[in-house]
Amino acid sequence: MTMTQATAFMATARSDRIYRDVKERVRDWHEVLSPLEAGEVSQQAERCMDCGIPFCHSGCPVNNLIPDWNELAASGQWQRALDRLHATNNFPEFTGRVCPAPCEAACTLNLDDAPVTIKTIECEIVDRGFREGWIGPRVAPRGTGKRIAIVGSGPAGLACAQQLARAGHSPTVFEKADRVGGLLRYGIPDFKLDKSLIDRRVAQMEAEGVIFRTAMEVGVSVSVERLLDDYHLLVLAGGAEEPRDLEAPGRELKGIHFAMDYLTQANRRVAGLVDDDESIVASGRHVVVIGGGDTGSDCIGTAHRQGAASVTQLEILTQPPLSEDKSVTWPNWPMKLRTSSSQEEGGSREFSIGTTGFRGDAGRVSAVMCERDGQEMEIHAELVLLAMGFTGVARDGVAGSAKVRLTERDTIETLGPYQTSVPRIFACGDMRRGQSLVVWAIREGRECAAAVSRALAAPKLQSVER
Amino acid sequence: MDEPRVQGLYDPRHEHDSCGMGFVAHVKGAPSNDIIAKGLQILASLDHRGGVAADPTIGDGAGCLIQIPDALLRAWAVEQRINLPPAGDYAVAMCFLPRDSASREVAEARLEHFVRLEGQVFIGWRDVPVNACGLGSAVLNSAPVIRQALIGRGPNVRDQDAFERKLLAIRKQTQNPLEKLAEQQRLPGLADFYIPSFSSRTIVYKGLLLPRQLGSFYSDLTDPLTKSALAMVHQRFSTNTFPSWRLAHPYRFIAHNGEINTVRGNVNWMNARRRTLESPLIGADLDKMWPIIPHGQSDTACLDNALELLVAGGYPLAHAMMLLIPEAWAGNEQMDPARRAFYEFHAALMEPWDGPAAIAFTDGRQIGATLDRNGLRPARFCLTDDDLVVMASESGVLPIPEEKITRKWRLQPGKMLLIDLEEGRIVDDDEVKGRLAEAEPYGDWLRETQFNLKNLPSAGTEQATDAAELTRLQRAFGYTEEDLKFFLRPMAEEPDDPIGSMGTDTPVAVLSKRPRLLYEYFKQNFAQVTNPPIDPIRESLVMSLVSMIGPRPNLLGRHAGTHKRLEVSQPILTNEDLEKIRSIGDHLDGAFRTITLDATWPSNGDAQALEAALQRLCWEATEAVLADINVLVLSDRAVAPNRIPIPAALAIGAVHHHLIRQGLRMQTGLVAETGEAREVHHMCVLAGYGAEAINPWLAFDTIDDIVSGVPDPKSNYVKALNKGILKVMSKMGISTFQSYCGAQIFDSIGISSTLVERYFFGTSSTVEGIELAELAEECARRHRSGYSTVDDDGLAVGGQWAHRIGGEAHAWTPDSIANLQHAVRGNLPEKYRAFAREINEQEGPLTLRGLLDLRPAGPPVAIEDVEPAADIVRRFATGAMSFGSISREAHTTLAEAMNSIGGRSNTGEGGEEPERFRVGSEGVSFRSAIKQVASGRFGVTTEYLVNADELQIKIAQGAKPGEGGQLPGHKVDREIAKVRHSTPGVGLISPPPHHDIYSIEDLAQLIHDLRHVNPAARISVKLVSEVGVGTVAAGVAKCTADHITISGFEGGTGASPLTSLVHAGLPWEIGLAEAQQTLVLNGLRGRVTLQADGGLRTGRDVAIAALLGADEFGFATAPLIAAGCIMMRKCHLNTCPVGIATQDAVLRARFTGQPGHVVNYFFYVAEELREIMAALGTRRLEEMIGRVDLLEIKSLADHWKAKGVDLRSLLHQPTVEGSRRATPPCARSFDVPVDKALLEGLDDDGSAFVELHVSNVDRSIGTVASGEIARRFGHEGLPPGTLRARLIGTAGQSFGAFLSRGLTLELIGDANDYVGKGLSGGCLIVRPPEAARRQAHENIIVGNTCLYGAIEGEAYFAGVAGERFAVRNSGAVAVVEGMGDHGCEYMTGGVVVSIGSVGRNFAAGMSGGIAYVWDPDRQLQRQCNHTSVNLEPVEDVDRLLELVQHYGEVTGSQRALALLANWPEALSQFVQIMPHEYRRALTDNAVPEVKAA
Repeated sequence: MTMTQATAFMATARSDRIYRDVKERVRDWHEVLSPLEAGEVSQQAERCMDCGIPFCHSGCPVNNLIPDWNELAASGQWQRALDRLHATNNFPEFTGRVCPAPCEAACTLNLDDAPVTIKTIECEIVDRGFREGWIGPRVAPRGTGKRIAIVGSGPAGLACAQQLARAGHSPTVFEKADRVGGLLRYGIPDFKLDKSLIDRRVAQMEAEGVIFRTAMEVGVSVSVERLLDDYHLLVLAGGAEEPRDLEAPGRELKGIHFAMDYLTQANRRVAGLVDDDESIVASGRHVVVIGGGDTGSDCIGTAHRQGAASVTQLEILTQPPLSEDKSVTWPNWPMKLRTSSSQEEGGSREFSIGTTGFRGDAGRVSAVMCERDGQEMEIHAELVLLAMGFTGVARDGVAGSAKVRLTERDTIETLGPYQTSVPRIFACGDMRRGQSLVVWAIREGRECAAAVSRALAAPKLQSVER
Repeated sequence: MDEPRVQGLYDPRHEHDSCGMGFVAHVKGAPSNDIIAKGLQILASLDHRGGVAADPTIGDGAGCLIQIPDALLRAWAVEQRINLPPAGDYAVAMCFLPRDSASREVAEARLEHFVRLEGQVFIGWRDVPVNACGLGSAVLNSAPVIRQALIGRGPNVRDQDAFERKLLAIRKQTQNPLEKLAEQQRLPGLADFYIPSFSSRTIVYKGLLLPRQLGSFYSDLTDPLTKSALAMVHQRFSTNTFPSWRLAHPYRFIAHNGEINTVRGNVNWMNARRRTLESPLIGADLDKMWPIIPHGQSDTACLDNALELLVAGGYPLAHAMMLLIPEAWAGNEQMDPARRAFYEFHAALMEPWDGPAAIAFTDGRQIGATLDRNGLRPARFCLTDDDLVVMASESGVLPIPEEKITRKWRLQPGKMLLIDLEEGRIVDDDEVKGRLAEAEPYGDWLRETQFNLKNLPSAGTEQATDAAELTRLQRAFGYTEEDLKFFLRPMAEEPDDPIGSMGTDTPVAVLSKRPRLLYEYFKQNFAQVTNPPIDPIRESLVMSLVSMIGPRPNLLGRHAGTHKRLEVSQPILTNEDLEKIRSIGDHLDGAFRTITLDATWPSNGDAQALEAALQRLCWEATEAVLADINVLVLSDRAVAPNRIPIPAALAIGAVHHHLIRQGLRMQTGLVAETGEAREVHHMCVLAGYGAEAINPWLAFDTIDDIVSGVPDPKSNYVKALNKGILKVMSKMGISTFQSYCGAQIFDSIGISSTLVERYFFGTSSTVEGIELAELAEECARRHRSGYSTVDDDGLAVGGQWAHRIGGEAHAWTPDSIANLQHAVRGNLPEKYRAFAREINEQEGPLTLRGLLDLRPAGPPVAIEDVEPAADIVRRFATGAMSFGSISREAHTTLAEAMNSIGGRSNTGEGGEEPERFRVGSEGVSFRSAIKQVASGRFGVTTEYLVNADELQIKIAQGAKPGEGGQLPGHKVDREIAKVRHSTPGVGLISPPPHHDIYSIEDLAQLIHDLRHVNPAARISVKLVSEVGVGTVAAGVAKCTADHITISGFEGGTGASPLTSLVHAGLPWEIGLAEAQQTLVLNGLRGRVTLQADGGLRTGRDVAIAALLGADEFGFATAPLIAAGCIMMRKCHLNTCPVGIATQDAVLRARFTGQPGHVVNYFFYVAEELREIMAALGTRRLEEMIGRVDLLEIKSLADHWKAKGVDLRSLLHQPTVEGSRRATPPCARSFDVPVDKALLEGLDDDGSAFVELHVSNVDRSIGTVASGEIARRFGHEGLPPGTLRARLIGTAGQSFGAFLSRGLTLELIGDANDYVGKGLSGGCLIVRPPEAARRQAHENIIVGNTCLYGAIEGEAYFAGVAGERFAVRNSGAVAVVEGMGDHGCEYMTGGVVVSIGSVGRNFAAGMSGGIAYVWDPDRQLQRQCNHTSVNLEPVEDVDRLLELVQHYGEVTGSQRALALLANWPEALSQFVQIMPHEYRRALTDNAVPEVKAA
């Protein structure tokens, strides 16, 4: 590390990607973030202090080698930086866009300054890698002949599949939807993650030997038993699909939907796939989003773009402080008021507010009944989106077919590393961990792949007949 | 005898000794009893250089060597009716015989048998009359039966020299097998049979006696019939208290003050000569003499053995000494070419016996003395007008009237003094060496036989490795990203060993779950107390990396001159160099033949396969040597998917020791060609176990791959390695690579003793560990990672130097830091518990203490019954961190916190602002209770010393033991410069050694000084854990220290070479346990308080330290973390983002730590400890100290690598009576007559003038009074001359040490070492008496290391000063008539005027102040070290004139008057020595505020 780099954190201020202008961006579905100039990214990377204990690195669920590639990015060694980035993260182009970046909260500069723009640097490294054509398939020199079925093509399933293929195994990914990607595809709106990024990765993975079977719902289109017969191992990576419902009077009214149903449809529409189902659109409607998390934000941004008349977000918790007391929170992820790009685009936010019921008009919702500090109120609503998180795996889905034991939290119980209660069935991602971040899913997928490789190498399993 | 055997961690072979010595001789060889009486008087005058054991009536040994007292023996013979042959035709064997009569009979019979067997005449036994009156019972109980055997010269020997050789053969045969015989015949006493001397010329009277007891015990010595023309005497200071008669000096030829650092290697090499050694003089008798150097002897005994062999082999005495302890010749342009050729020629015959040494030697015909190349021991001599020569460690040991003395001088570094009694004259250094150098055409021989590798024709290089293959190779050899980032790239870009900071918190290699390189199981040894480290940069003139590859000539042979030798100027070979060696057979008339031996083993094999491969390697080596192949290259180039490289150190160690055992090692050279070695430490291990040269081929390939845009990256890398190797050598005080090679200056940790025994014979090992199986597994894992097909994500992360998930484990993790900080800031005890749980639980695989479990002493007690936390925290101290390395905010926060809880904070070595000495209005004190005295002596004023509860002498620091430090100029802002009494912007160097501690008795002197300056303070000595630290601790206790800190290698630092950060020093658990065991064994434990320090984090850590023997506990990193440190490891860059280790104002403003945070931390630790105490059933901490029985060892059965770790030796409890913890010391007071008189005058009249006689036993004159003045009046002191003393005679050491302003001491006579040490404003005048008939500028007047660390004041010395004059002077003004080597070294301020010549290496590392040297002969240009200074004409001529005038007035110096008489000419002959940095700082009117680098 050069001396200039050693003190750059004092000389250079943080400067990050900015969102496109609100007025402009709400009129399209393109990504809201506009990239930084490469030169500026290098300069920002120089701010990294290369800490003796890089808290960012442990703060990152995939343990990205952040100081290592910061240094390389700072000195313009982008290709080496890309190698180090890919060493821990299969899909930095996803996390570089949608990760809340716990690494930046943990950054040492966040103690008394502004953290390094880690996420932006990550994103530039990988985007540049694709631009320059440095990212091609990494085909294993020789195969092991081991076949693995992976259920679910979200980030966990994809990471697991890619790792397994690169280790020489033959993974097949089963996806019940018509396209690969899981929540990446249909959960996250295009303005946060352009879908062509997924297609690009899928192409790379296919070249590396991953087989994708879409529109195949395991347990419906094909039985778990059949997969266990055909494959050496089965990995469940189907996500935590069961949304948390709101049991309140009037819940049956039309116009009250789960956020994920709304987002899936909206995303399909953007992708040009028209749905036959009853359409859920926000255009011209007064929209109430119940739930203050990321999914809620995605609903808000989507509603804005669909032309909602108004958007109101309800959060049951009290408003967190504007800033945290770092002396007792850093390097952990602090509770504080955050404003997402979608929230910035308009609408109102209500805190400490509970939903007591819905009022309808001709079977269709017209207002949300709320209560705050014992005071009752009503909010006009023509579309209500429930974004209150997920309770766990869908009990009637593949977990049920596979007869794996679940935990009290409705996640799949694992006994050994990623090993479920059923022999030869592994699980990872939200299915095992419960709802979480994309970056956690990638970690789970990678670690599960490693566990699978170890299991396949163990003499006991080698003798298992297909 | 009663010496304890190896037990627990105690091993008698780590004993050190040191001492005072001297001789007196009549130049014309006139024997008299008076000479002996004078010798005994010298001994008595050196009394204070000895040690005081637990029992003050027991000394460590004293002795006297004289010529055979023919008259005495003849009188006895007449009485006994024995016919004694003429003098010279009979010899006396002085015998220490076993006490039990059965053994004694066997011993006597044995000697008589060999006398007869060798054809000599056994004349009879004489009982040596002894008088045991006044001896302690322990001494008497161990006293041998002392008899002399008289042996007549047999008809088969030609002359007296041949007779001497026969005697040697007899003695060796008698003595060598004694231990074995004692065992076989079940007569343990037989092993005690010892022959102090056996010669027809000399005899040694010695024993476990105090100096004054020697004459009364041996009445022979005072018998008027006993006459000798010489008496060589010695007084020993041993680190132990175990009675030993045989360890007293003199030995048969020598008396030694100092230490041979390289003795392990020297003995190995000597044994390796078995097959090649032949002597036409000794002939077949040589075979009877093996082992030439038996194992288990002291270093001096070994040297004596080597010397007697060389003398027997025909070398003249002086020649042999030059061979053993050569001057620094390599690179010495000033040396006469013939003499250089002499040394260079002999370098191939024998590696130097390296170490601080003043050695007196005699064969009865000549007597002399020599000093090692560094001149680290004092040796003063004087000549009288009645032909006496008196040489001793100090001046003034005999009361000789000044007017009789014709010359007072000292031995200079590397010089020799020789008196030839037969010729009746003194032969000076130049003559004796000149004569020997001219005796043979050494220069011609060298030209014909010596070849330097660089002059051989190139033989091309191998093909470079391709990129994919390179990564595979790197992984197979265990390369990580960090190897590239922290070592190879920086070293290839800048030729320096890379620097890092903070401590090590990773597991020692054996506990790591990852495969670690074998090198990491070896920890570098370093000098502490008993010998000094060297500064390889500033004192490069004594250092040499020259290595000889290939066979060595016969040490005793006649044809050594025709033997071809291959030399390299440094030991790292490029690929091209290696190819030259491989093809060397084609050149040099076929004198060399090289073979490459494959050091790999099959990858499908296990430990047996590895063992077989080693076996094969050894056989191939033997065969090759027997086939006259004389360079063996052990190569791992054959590494491949099916071949695993043998760890290079294992291959080298195996072959080296195998060849030594076979006596073939001297016939061949050993070169390592390895892809594994890459760091400095790796090279050192290879060299230390016998590699004469190393080719790190993969490191070169890697550099080719990763470095671009640098002109010559590989040569930078080699230079960086060279610098690093020099540093590693010098931290043990070793100057030459040749003596480092094979010297095994390492402790092993975590290697089984069978492995050590087999491949690294002689290495100390305390903690057992891996066997060949685990070693093989480590290799296999690395190899698999290299050649596995699955994972190609580049190199492993490493994680050794910075935390990385998936890398090496660390104690300080993001979680442990967050929890601790949240706990202390938010008062959240549960967060502390989470912190402690993580540390305590993870420790299992991380630290030795983690492998120990606590066992209750009895039923648990209620927590309320356990002593309160407020009492416990008084035993806590924070570690030494200087103001300068950390910010003022951080420094005062720690001090305030510790003062508020009754603990102690430590200044570190950077001084302290005087404002902090006063307690603030609200009772808040920022004064550090512990004031550190380190080698740089920065800010060590008398005022600083008296404002302390504890004075700590920092001998070594855990993170970089044996090294100095450097505060770069950009960190020295105004405030720091003020505290350190230096100039802003000028860099400051801390030398590696304390220049007043080169030996254990020097430490005693410094303790003596500090006690005098501040009698109320506890004196502490800080040591670093290494094997043998226990014996050092015992020695320190005998120096009367009150407190000893044992610091572990984990300790932190502001900046240290990475090489030292982890590879030097051991965990504190080992050092503490060894210190505890040794102190208890010696009965010294109660006298000292033991503190454990370095990596303590939790209450459990404290509990274990207490059980292992600690009374007190030092913490550094943990309280810093409580105050906000986040382990950035950027201290050395000044960029600490939390404002701790930085002087940058912007960053300092970010500091958020509060004293309360630190207090909270310590109370949490104490509360955790209380819970442990309650569970153990102990109510008070003192009940726990030394209770190793409350510890048990955890099983590591499921650890793949560490299952062999065995800590039992740590838990050994010596079965002797006595205290196992510190008991409060008794009060002390000091009565120095001069000081007493001065202070009385001050109290009575406000001023004083006294006149007194003094002698060399009056030490530290003026120091008590100075302390008192600083206490009353602060640094400002009194008006100059308020208290004055005129003293007559020779002053003892440390004359005027720490002299405060207001005191003037005038000494008429001369003074010993350390005059004006720490001078704090006082004035010193030393001048010869008018009666002296000597030229002042040709005679020495003050000893070595004067004005060391002087702060301010004046000093006028009318004569020549010894070595290292004004070293680290910060502000004193001094005038002198010449000085020895290394004058003004590290000087940072003040003015030094020399109106006489200066020695070599003048102004080395001088960064401030000005020197003026009168240089009429233009010698200065050569003598000066120009690195940091300019020579220029005098600028401030008025000041110079004023100084010389004043000097002339106060001393009456003839030379000063002569210069003044012709001042314009004199002025033109003065040279001004001006440091570059100082000039810059003076020109920059506004010194810039410190900016970040």
